Amino acid sequence: MIVLEKREAPSRLWAWGSPVMAVLLTMVLGGLLFAALGQNSITVIRTIFLDPLFSEFAWFYRPQILIKGAPLVLIAIGLSFGFRAGVWNIGAEGQYIVGAICGAGVALALYPMDARWLIFPSMVLAGALGGWAWAMIPGLLRVRFGTNEILVSLMLVYVAEQLLAAMALGAMRNPEGMGFPGSRNLSQYPSAANLELISGSGMHWGVVAALITVIFAYVTLSRHVFGFHVRLAGQAPRAAKFAGVNPARMVLICMGLSGALAGAAGLFEVAGPAGQISIDFNVGYGFTAIIVAFLGRLHPIGIMAAGALMALTYIGGGIAQSSLGLPAAAINLLQGMLLFNLLAVDVFTTYRIRMLRKEVS
Amino acid sequence: MKRRTLIASTAAVIAMGTGAFAAAHAEKTKVGFVYVGPVGDGGWTYEHDQGRLAVEAEFGDAVETVFVESVPEGPDAERVITQMALDGADLIFTTSFGFMDPTVNVAAKFPDVKFEHATGYKQADNVSVYSARFYEGRAIQGHIAGQITESNIIGYIASFPIPEVIRGINSAYLHAKEVNPDVEFKIVWAYTWFDPAKEAEAATVLIEQGADVVLQHTDSTAPQAAAQAAGNVYTFGQASDMAEYAPMPRVSSIIDDWAPYYIARTQAVMDGTWESTSTWDGIGPGMVGIGEITDAVPAEVKASAEAMRDAIADGSYHPFTGPINRQDGSVWLAEGEIADDGTLAGMNFYVEGIEGEIPQ
Repeated sequence: MIVLEKREAPSRLWAWGSPVMAVLLTMVLGGLLFAALGQNSITVIRTIFLDPLFSEFAWFYRPQILIKGAPLVLIAIGLSFGFRAGVWNIGAEGQYIVGAICGAGVALALYPMDARWLIFPSMVLAGALGGWAWAMIPGLLRVRFGTNEILVSLMLVYVAEQLLAAMALGAMRNPEGMGFPGSRNLSQYPSAANLELISGSGMHWGVVAALITVIFAYVTLSRHVFGFHVRLAGQAPRAAKFAGVNPARMVLICMGLSGALAGAAGLFEVAGPAGQISIDFNVGYGFTAIIVAFLGRLHPIGIMAAGALMALTYIGGGIAQSSLGLPAAAINLLQGMLLFNLLAVDVFTTYRIRMLRKEVS
Repeated sequence: MKRRTLIASTAAVIAMGTGAFAAAHAEKTKVGFVYVGPVGDGGWTYEHDQGRLAVEAEFGDAVETVFVESVPEGPDAERVITQMALDGADLIFTTSFGFMDPTVNVAAKFPDVKFEHATGYKQADNVSVYSARFYEGRAIQGHIAGQITESNIIGYIASFPIPEVIRGINSAYLHAKEVNPDVEFKIVWAYTWFDPAKEAEAATVLIEQGADVVLQHTDSTAPQAAAQAAGNVYTFGQASDMAEYAPMPRVSSIIDDWAPYYIARTQAVMDGTWESTSTWDGIGPGMVGIGEITDAVPAEVKASAEAMRDAIADGSYHPFTGPINRQDGSVWLAEGEIADDGTLAGMNFYVEGIEGEIPQ
């Protein structure tokens, strides 16, 4: 008989081995799925995971990984603090939207003023503040009235989507857009544009911010007393109390931090790659970032790797669709499998398999 | 036409995908399609994909078509379009309004590739725009709906408050009112082009409010299913014929037929005669089709609807012919005056009689 037996302490080897196992398992199961669709599994896996990096047009795809990965990493880092401390902000998507609206609002209000030194930094600030404020709603409600922040933050995503639609159709609509929804294109407004810093590199300010955040988060978690408190609050809430951690403050800081980073991510997106406030400006980065955070073991370096991997599957998935005729749903399945497999393989971090022989008496 | 040499393995892969090994080295014209929804949506994207298949059927081995479905409108669209251009597409159709800026941006980087953007208004030397006069079909829907409703309440599932959708509401309302002065429109904004759950919900809400005809500007068949469940509620197929719900609840439909246009544009690229154009075709040239009117509609209503269809097709009748007032009572079109395309293209107001406001 096979039984699962709890380990005395979580296995360190499995803690880092399981994401790798999950990726490999996803490739195998994905390969089977593609074979069932009548494709050559090896070709599809190669197209998705290797072509963006090494094919003839890799010079175009590599920068795209930075563009696609930066918002994921930025949001996931913020979420990881809360997830470690047991604060569950599921509404990063909403904070991302509100950050974009606030940041774009600053630019549109000052249009066509020519003062990049003033406008762009103000936009970043407004974006982060917008996301922070949106995250404070579930944060304060939890601290003050004990509401569930998972539900409240998730529901606020839908409120934010309505707000976005209202802005695209009303207050922020491009007056020169012939009545069509959507704001002016910020990437064509030099004082507000978040353009590539080096042409063709994909490096925009959001990528820079993501890299700085990774370093900052790494130092905070490993060297700073706040990082220690965050870990303590998650692993041993009672011990944290004795160590002087104020749980209410912890909730507000974690919600605020993740909200501000999501808001900033939204701003960098709306001022650069997306360019404008439009009805479907948000494409799910806030939700995908949850997968990225867990796939990266809530560790900054892990999150960076996971963000890059996730970005890779999006870009490789697009290539597989157009060059191999793979349906979009198959790509979504592959991405979903990744989290599912991670959760499944994670069992081995805290449990081990034992073979019990039936005793014959 | 600049063709990029594909590395051997990629070429083999593509050839495998289309099942045409022998022609792998021939000078095929490559046509790309970027879709906003899944090809199986049974509506908007489905019809564009039918157009793509028609191009393949027409030219056989001389063309190769590729497509990417469910592309979000925004930076992802720009990446997907770029990728197609890099992969050597000669002609790329981007089939949603939200692909406008991405299409224009990519077109600027690939002057040798031809682009065709559906339902937008930004043209360039290598970007054409095309759309269909769906409001012509809406007029016929309104004409039928006004006569078959018994509750005098017509529900309308609107997608986004953009000119195309507002034009459809106005056209349907004017023609329903013409045959039934007591008719009232209830409009629900779904803020989606394709979301079966939301569309079903919207249809149910409208039916509960007394609507016995539900018109839709969204692409799924969820409203048809909701109407069938409710019984005695009429609907019209949108974008696609949706004939599986005939004769009830689907009593007719507006069908988008992109095939002739796609074939003509592909031919132009092959002949080297392609030029940047702005096309807005209706029932006459066949871009808008009216699906069969079923026997659930009284014979005389069917006959007059078909007469209206033919009058629109031969140009003797324009659905926006005065006198028409705006919602606020001010005069838009005087007696006998016909709306100009500029006003129609940017229509952002309701006509007189429609209640409620366009969401701002």
